[in-house]
Amino acid sequence: MDISLLLNALPGAAAQGLIWGIMAIGVYITYKILDVADLTVDGTMCTGGAVSIMMILSGHNIWVSLLVAFIAGMLAGLVTGLMHTFMGIPAILAGILTQLALYSVNLKIIGKSNQAINVNNFDLLVSLRYISDVPLYQNSIFIGILFIIVIIAVLYWFFGTELGCSIRATGCNPNMSRAQGINTNFNVVLGLMLSNGLVALSSALYSQYQGFTDINMGRGAIVIGLAAVIIGKVLFEKVFKNFALQLLGVALGAVIYYVVLQIVIWIGFDTDLLKLLSAVIVAIFLAFPYWKKKYLTKPLKQGGSQNA
Amino acid sequence: MLEVKNIYKTFNVGTINEKRALNGLSLTLNEGDFVTVIGGNGAGKSTLMNALAGTWLVDSGNIIIDGTDVTKMPEFKRSKFLGRVFQDPTMGTASTMGIDENLALAARRGKRRGLRIGITKAEKEKYKKLLSTLELGLEDRLTSKVGLLSGGQRQAVTLLMASLQRPKILLLDEHTAALDPKTAAKVLETTNKIVSKDNLTTLMITHNMKDAIANGNRLIMMNSGNIVLDIKGEEKKNLTVEILLKKFEEVSNETFDNDSALLNI
Repeated sequence: MDISLLLNALPGAAAQGLIWGIMAIGVYITYKILDVADLTVDGTMCTGGAVSIMMILSGHNIWVSLLVAFIAGMLAGLVTGLMHTFMGIPAILAGILTQLALYSVNLKIIGKSNQAINVNNFDLLVSLRYISDVPLYQNSIFIGILFIIVIIAVLYWFFGTELGCSIRATGCNPNMSRAQGINTNFNVVLGLMLSNGLVALSSALYSQYQGFTDINMGRGAIVIGLAAVIIGKVLFEKVFKNFALQLLGVALGAVIYYVVLQIVIWIGFDTDLLKLLSAVIVAIFLAFPYWKKKYLTKPLKQGGSQNA
Repeated sequence: MLEVKNIYKTFNVGTINEKRALNGLSLTLNEGDFVTVIGGNGAGKSTLMNALAGTWLVDSGNIIIDGTDVTKMPEFKRSKFLGRVFQDPTMGTASTMGIDENLALAARRGKRRGLRIGITKAEKEKYKKLLSTLELGLEDRLTSKVGLLSGGQRQAVTLLMASLQRPKILLLDEHTAALDPKTAAKVLETTNKIVSKDNLTTLMITHNMKDAIANGNRLIMMNSGNIVLDIKGEEKKNLTVEILLKKFEEVSNETFDNDSALLNI
């Protein structure tokens, strides 16, 4: 095992992690703030890239392509949100339905199962070729950090507004929210749209980074997003109390996920088993709070069941 | 202020669990009325509250608040008229948000929520003063998460939230039932203070007959989804638990069956 191989791979892993960090922040909005498990993201994690790459290839401005990708993601969130609130379908199922529908939509956008884009012919924002030997402003890690900072700043502002506060309240206690005149259905839809918009933006950047968009690139995205959220929570919970810092923790969680993944690959782990490994790790971390409550809380000395 | 006309509500229609919870109930509250509501288990007290709040819509009948027919209005819209405190202390507040943020949410009840800042500096000062009137020391814990407060403290904060935007009607659904007797007494004292300060029209469900008699200017007793006793004025002032129980047996031909209410005598 050659350590220099690993060291060479780490900057790329960091850039990849930063881009997925945007996606993880999107997952954080639904999973942590809204308390909704949204599986739409497995679809939107492809839609954003599909939209962006096809637009760039047909000569559109790269920033416009990012904006349209963001809007496309929001529309996907809108569909899930309406299925959940207007049609009464459980959120998790609504997300699965949208995700399935998006597979067809994505195929139609790309026109085939994958589409490459050559960084030499187009002025892409990020690329795995822009990791070393490029000026700072072109470096994909630097661009990734900029995106994360701007997104966190905007979200920090937004969740401090009257509307943002009401979305947080909706996720925390819908009964209380309605009693305080908050339209909880509207807020759930809005949160899902915002979340999926960010995921699609992440997808657009990631497609540029890897130089192609692929119909299967979103598969299991939710697991990576959740892993990043959980890693961020476990590692930084004690130090990052502020909301903006919590979002930063999530983004760092995604970076750590990809760095660890790189190390696992470097060790020689069978790459076919990577998704299995991810799923097992996320399952264990999700179980942790439950186990902690069940086995580590000391029961009262006399009588009274804990659930009384 | 409140006019309830002949409302009906049946749950689980067509199943073995079918239950007529409200049975043609009518009720009129005048401005400034403080009505205590008492009744046996399953009499329809909480159902009445939920019907007023719009948790679900009634099957038939009308609910009019201050001249506005709210019968078909969804819960979140109707809440601009209502202040509510629930039995479960965790129900009325957002536990992961600060005390100040909870108050700020309540201060915007019935208003459009836009992209202005969610809580201003001036508001924080105002809330500090308001909290100090509770005499629980919460003014020094303005930004503490509500989840860290005790049940009694949470109910006190919820009361403050319910009255921050003067409600047309204050709905209290056994809001002291989950508290220990000492805390319950304190929360009830706070309730009276807030109600009399703003002269709020109030509907308070209680499981405690003594509380029902000692508070408010009017007492209604429910049974089988309807009002069976409505006592006000001088008669209410001279009321005792014995008289109340006797009256109940007269009108319903059955004995009062709310154990907790009886045990609290």
